[in-house]
Amino acid sequence: MKEVFINIERCTACKSCEIACSVEHSRSKDLFTAISEYPLPIRRVHVEKALSFSYPVKCMHCSDAPCMAVCPTGAMYRDEEIGSVHVNKERCMGCWMCAMVCPFGAITADPYMKIARKCDFCRKKVKEGGRPSCVEACPTDALSFGDVDDLTKRKRASAAETVAKAASMAKEEGRKVTPLDLLRIIGGI
Amino acid sequence: MAMKVLDKASQFLVNKAEDMGISIGINRLEAQTPQCGFGQLGSCCRMCYMGPCRIDPFGEGATTGVCGASVDTIVCRNLLREEIGGAASHVGHARHVVLSFKKMLEGKASGYKITDRDKLMEVASGLGIKADGKSDNEIASEVVDKALEDLSRQDDKPMNWIKLRAPKKEIDMWRELGILVSNAHNEIEEGMHRTSMGNDADPTNLLLACLRIGLVDGYAGLHMATDFHDIMFGTPKPRMIEANMGVLEKDKVNIAMHGHNPVLSEKILEWAGKLESEAKEAGATGINVVGVCCTGNELTMRRGVPMAGHNLQSELILLTGAVDAMVVDMQCIWPSTTKIAECFDTKIITTESFVKMSGATHIAFETEHADDAAKKVVKMAVEAFKARKGKEVSIPKEKSVGLIGFSVEAILDVLKKVNPSYPLKPVIDNIVNGNIYGAVGFAGCPSIKLRDTSMTEIMTKELLKNNVLIVTTGCTAHICAQAGFMDTAATNKYCGDGLKSVLTALGEAAGLDGPLPPVWHMGSCVDNSRIATLLGALANKLDVKISQLPVAGSAPELVQEKAISIGTWLLALGLLVHIAPSPRILGSSLATKVLTQDIEKLTGGKAYVELDPIKAAAGMMAHIAQKRAALGI
Repeated sequence: MKEVFINIERCTACKSCEIACSVEHSRSKDLFTAISEYPLPIRRVHVEKALSFSYPVKCMHCSDAPCMAVCPTGAMYRDEEIGSVHVNKERCMGCWMCAMVCPFGAITADPYMKIARKCDFCRKKVKEGGRPSCVEACPTDALSFGDVDDLTKRKRASAAETVAKAASMAKEEGRKVTPLDLLRIIGGI
Repeated sequence: MAMKVLDKASQFLVNKAEDMGISIGINRLEAQTPQCGFGQLGSCCRMCYMGPCRIDPFGEGATTGVCGASVDTIVCRNLLREEIGGAASHVGHARHVVLSFKKMLEGKASGYKITDRDKLMEVASGLGIKADGKSDNEIASEVVDKALEDLSRQDDKPMNWIKLRAPKKEIDMWRELGILVSNAHNEIEEGMHRTSMGNDADPTNLLLACLRIGLVDGYAGLHMATDFHDIMFGTPKPRMIEANMGVLEKDKVNIAMHGHNPVLSEKILEWAGKLESEAKEAGATGINVVGVCCTGNELTMRRGVPMAGHNLQSELILLTGAVDAMVVDMQCIWPSTTKIAECFDTKIITTESFVKMSGATHIAFETEHADDAAKKVVKMAVEAFKARKGKEVSIPKEKSVGLIGFSVEAILDVLKKVNPSYPLKPVIDNIVNGNIYGAVGFAGCPSIKLRDTSMTEIMTKELLKNNVLIVTTGCTAHICAQAGFMDTAATNKYCGDGLKSVLTALGEAAGLDGPLPPVWHMGSCVDNSRIATLLGALANKLDVKISQLPVAGSAPELVQEKAISIGTWLLALGLLVHIAPSPRILGSSLATKVLTQDIEKLTGGKAYVELDPIKAAAGMMAHIAQKRAALGI
């Protein structure tokens, strides 16, 4: 199963993902045309400020999705092929239970249709072998797309590299390398 | 992996870059894609440090900047800054030429002279300078003073070059609109002042300022530069030339001139001729000076130097490995060229103190010592050839021929052979009877975003088929020459019957074997002035405004800020200005509406954005049809 991974350290708050998401969910799929459509397209990713960071908040397509569990009409459903969570707009009655239980605040209200709107994982593109639009638009790879195993493997490799660098730095400085020293070096303390 | 497929010669070198693992513009564009939506819409403001502020085009986020600036204010301020960038380039270019000319008159730049005395006298008399009893140098000095006055006067009187070159009806219109500018430098300064934090926030007032900068560009930039170029180096006359990268020669010292200013390129050409024997001693068969970008246009128009390539080919031509020196002055010089040159024996030589690049050799080119510097540059190219001699090169086979050199003076000379007393009559008659349905001027750059769609070529073919005469300048002229549109054979191949008959008759009158070509090369990007002069003369003869003529302008592949300021000047003149891709105005519905619709009520001109070449040609045809109907023809 492929997932979108978010690396908060790389997000520069450029909002390219937001724009790309709006365009992807427009009728024309073209920026210059999309900005004058009625109704305007609704984005499903929101770049939020957090301490000194920014973070693109979106649906994580949870494996045990609370939105699916609480939906009284069964509108929330999973596409088993790619593991993504979707809203059946025929069934949604706009009770916002899903929005209340979503730990990320990733479900918003569509003011025109009065139903729940959320990331649809760019389902068509992904099924055709593509990447979600937000990932395509991200200039810094703060958003990346791949198999969970690959993504976590990459993260482990990067963590290992950080520790190794810290260890070699400590060694060069002739310090004794204890786990505590390492943490201090990594943390820049 | 390059996705875009270009013309044969370019593609050959794109493939070579890929084989060698050299990054070129196409790769760098891919790495930049998708590009920032706020940037494309013009709705990002970086004018102060409370920002950067971005306005959400989808209405979910911020609707104003921190200072309260609306998206209309932000877009119009950004547009005005682009205009200023363009106008500053053209005015800077013109000022450089005027000052070089002034030094020559003062006896400080012996490498230059008055070449076209007739043009000097025409300009002087247009400026109201009395010739009686004065020497040429005295008259020329007064012309220089008039030019410098346009960069220094503080009395708010209209610029001398506007009075010299703009038609009276248009001057009256601009006076009424309150945009009749006086001093180019003041306008550029005020424009920067106007757009800095806490100044003009009225989008309409900002757009009027854009029109002012358009006039600065047109008269203190383009017209002034063309006039002084012609006086110093001669007014172009028709001649046959070769175009495309196939003009490089393996066994010669190849010097590619790139940039804009003939003050440099003319001298290099002269010394290439004088130092031919040194090249032969080095084992070359001679020196081959070729032109890239607009200085290439200047050289080809006056000296018949081969047109090696447009701006987008400035890095491709280096991949041939056959360029011994690329000598640059100002504008449109990509920093990537030095990186590519490193892979070969090519020297990149910068010459302007304000245009330097790491990895390039800098030889300061001061007009006082022009001959010394030019000699040094040519000798350096010969040295580079020695290092290259015997090595494999990859010169594309493709080259085309063209008849170029269509200055207004040259066009009138041809027309005088048909009707000596009223030269414009044959043109007017044929416009009236529909043989010439209209005319379109193509200007500007090759866009890396549109080049693979053959935007310019398809539009040209479409318009020629419909009997629309094409005039062109700048890098678009390189595109047209490479496509064969300046070959006299193109007339029978591409034109509708009406246009074919006119060009054939003119070709016969000019003493050619065949017709005139259907696309007329009128010069470099500053020579858009020539197009305006021709339109002004036509409008004057017919006693109409330029906006009433069945004509249009197009920057089919927008790249440079200069195209924005030229385009705005054409809007002020009352032309339909087609442009692709869209200028960064779409974030503001007000700016978009004013520039594409409302402005027509003020000047008669309007902007027209269309990226599909067939639709764009159709849109221009519709505009021309409307103008014809209004004239009752």
